[in-house]
Amino acid sequence: MLVRTEKLKKHFTIGRGQTLHAVDGISLTIDENEILGLVGESGSGKSTFGKALIGLHPKTSGEAYYDGERLPKRFSTKDHLHYSKQMQMIFQDPYSSLNPRMTVLDIVGEGPGIQGQQSNSEIRDKVAFWLERVGLSADHMSRYPHEFSGGQRQRIGIARAMIIEPRFVVCDEPISALDVSVQAQVINLLDELKQSMGLTLLFIAHDLSMVRYVSDRMAVMYLGSLAEVGPSNDVFFDPQHPYTQFLVESNPEPDPNLERRRAFKPIIGEITSPVNVQAGCRFADRCPKVIDRCRVETPELITLSGARQVACHLFE
Amino acid sequence: MDTILAVKDLAVEFATYGGTVKAVRGVSFDVTRGETLAIVGESGCGKSVTVQSLMGLIPMPPGRITNGTATLNGKSILNLPAAEANKFRGVEIGMIFQDPMSSLNPTMTIGDQIAETLKVHRGKTDQEAFKIAVELLERTHIPEASKRAKQYPFEFSGGMLQRAMIAQSLACNPAILIADEPTTALDVTIQAQILELMLELQRTENMSIILITHDLAVVARMADRVAVMYAGQIIESGTVDDIFYRSSHPYTLGLKQAMPSNTHDRDKSLSPILGSPPDLFKPPVGCGYCARCPYAMAVCAEHLPPTTKISESHEARCWLHHAKAPNIEELHQLEDQDAG
Ligand SMILES: Nc1ncnc2c1ncn2[C@@H]1O[C@H](COP(=O)(O)OP(=O)(O)OP(=O)(O)O)[C@@H](O)[C@H]1O
Ligand SMILES: Nc1ncnc2c1ncn2[C@@H]1O[C@H](COP(=O)(O)OP(=O)(O)O)[C@@H](O)[C@H]1O
Ligand code: SF4
Ligand code: SF4
Ligand SMILES: [Mg+2]
Ligand SMILES: [Mg+2]
Repeated sequence: MLVRTEKLKKHFTIGRGQTLHAVDGISLTIDENEILGLVGESGSGKSTFGKALIGLHPKTSGEAYYDGERLPKRFSTKDHLHYSKQMQMIFQDPYSSLNPRMTVLDIVGEGPGIQGQQSNSEIRDKVAFWLERVGLSADHMSRYPHEFSGGQRQRIGIARAMIIEPRFVVCDEPISALDVSVQAQVINLLDELKQSMGLTLLFIAHDLSMVRYVSDRMAVMYLGSLAEVGPSNDVFFDPQHPYTQFLVESNPEPDPNLERRRAFKPIIGEITSPVNVQAGCRFADRCPKVIDRCRVETPELITLSGARQVACHLFE
Repeated sequence: MDTILAVKDLAVEFATYGGTVKAVRGVSFDVTRGETLAIVGESGCGKSVTVQSLMGLIPMPPGRITNGTATLNGKSILNLPAAEANKFRGVEIGMIFQDPMSSLNPTMTIGDQIAETLKVHRGKTDQEAFKIAVELLERTHIPEASKRAKQYPFEFSGGMLQRAMIAQSLACNPAILIADEPTTALDVTIQAQILELMLELQRTENMSIILITHDLAVVARMADRVAVMYAGQIIESGTVDDIFYRSSHPYTLGLKQAMPSNTHDRDKSLSPILGSPPDLFKPPVGCGYCARCPYAMAVCAEHLPPTTKISESHEARCWLHHAKAPNIEELHQLEDQDAG
């Protein structure tokens, strides 16, 4: 196990005494050299969880551990420097996450520059190596982000994270902004880096098919909580939690015959607000299987069998 | 067949500082009553410009429709004078967008905006119009419609806004609804709701839909027929089954192989399409896909491939269908696999 969180919470105070429960008690483990996929609706807290985990947000409560070490509740500048050598993040938007006024050399070389132990020519060589490694060319070093396509920019972002040779990377929707033809390039690259460098990844995404494809295990989030965790194929092909069942059913497949056969009943309603959340199952107001208990008691994540976990009173 | 919209040889350009962008380069398609035509392709290939020119929404200048015709029920709709375009836009063809906020007035309630359409185009009185607006919101399954009608756009979620936009577009019983990436910004569960709503309305209103998307899975769920666009041209068109099970253009095949299919094993790696689409400032003289195509031949770079009829319903624009082209066994094998 490389990464672990225990009842991790991140709440935001949003004025008028209101609290937004973005992440509301998440206990999760990620094994060394594993890709854990994290899916869930917009606003369910995926990015906030990823950021709180690697210290980009101070935690409200709960713990996060990296390689057996307890991570500080709030990272100091020193903590950031120290842990950024181990833990990195790749962001969703390849357009806004790169500084338009910096050259590729500066963007990718920024990491080792901060670390301060390398000469300029060493940094140059390393940047050249990593640009080639992610499928760009060393000649690209002197160019600016706007001269690249979306897929190429995402590779620059990956090179920037990987040059530090981290062990753990949070990929926050690394392919959502890319065209289908280019998504596969980035996915194959991440997979290859995992194999060759023994990387561990938290892969946050909307696209269920892609998450099933890339990740070893899948975690489903709903309104700040985990609904279900398990091996990707199991969760995808045999979802247990009522919410996961809707999610899988809603996910269209590029196969017209399959779509024609699909008995289709979309989930009703929309995700409720994470402001001032009450006790009870987060999914109760949309769940077709709701029972009285669901409205008063919050279900805990329980282990079904082997690696499968689900948070729903029906399984207790 | 009952063709209601016929587009022929449409070409659109934009004059920019960098030169002329040839955004749409000779696009032809028909839409028949009650069907869903999906236009699919990667970003920048000209999907939006194509439909915007039908709606009279191309900013001119810098835009210019340089060629082509488009007729709706036999009546020409390209390059209409502004007054006439206003009369037909949203009345005979309705349109919804990826970002509903961009076409709504933030200072006016949702109900009033829909009512406004009814007053302008259908001559309803204030009271009647508002009442119909509420009914339209109900028809798109907005809960507590009469209360919601009095709210402003910012009080609506993305999914609800898209429902409201659909409600507004229904106000004039359009023959065609154009939906430009209507669910791209939405979660998959909300996407499922909106797609289902569109299918339901299509059945009840016998409306045609032009659905623009980059998502082949959405195409598989929604489309009767599909036009695949690349670099400003339609490179393959056919029934949804033609496109998915008998793909006849290397780009269509490439798109399919780049996607994870849930019948595939995890160890089968995805095959990306290498490179990126051509620069539309200087579009290739030959096949637009030439630089990325694994089957490219000498002729492809020099000459634009003609459109070949593969069956009654199916056409592709690729030199591989020329009588003298090498037999593309690989292409057929891939097809069989995917159809299985
Ligand atoms: N800095 C902040 N201040 C206040 N609220 C915040 C802040 N950051 C996030 N939130 C809120 O926390 C909740 C979870 O947000 P988060 O960005 O983690 O969602 P997500 O699952 O990543 O969504 P998406 O799929 O849209 O990226 C949302 O309600 C969001 O509005
Ligand atoms: N107003 C405009 N000015 C200049 N170029 C434009 C304009 N609108 C669209 N284009 C260009 O036309 C091409 C096709 O765009 P579009 O139809 O929006 O693509 P998509 O297929 O993603 O909808 C692109 O190269 C785009 O940059
Ligand atoms: S706990 Fe109750 S409301 Fe929640 S998912 Fe299970 S059955 Fe549904
Ligand atoms: S015409 Fe040539 S380059 Fe174009 S798709 Fe066909 S084989 Fe490929
Ligand atoms: Mg996010
Ligand atoms: Mg578009």
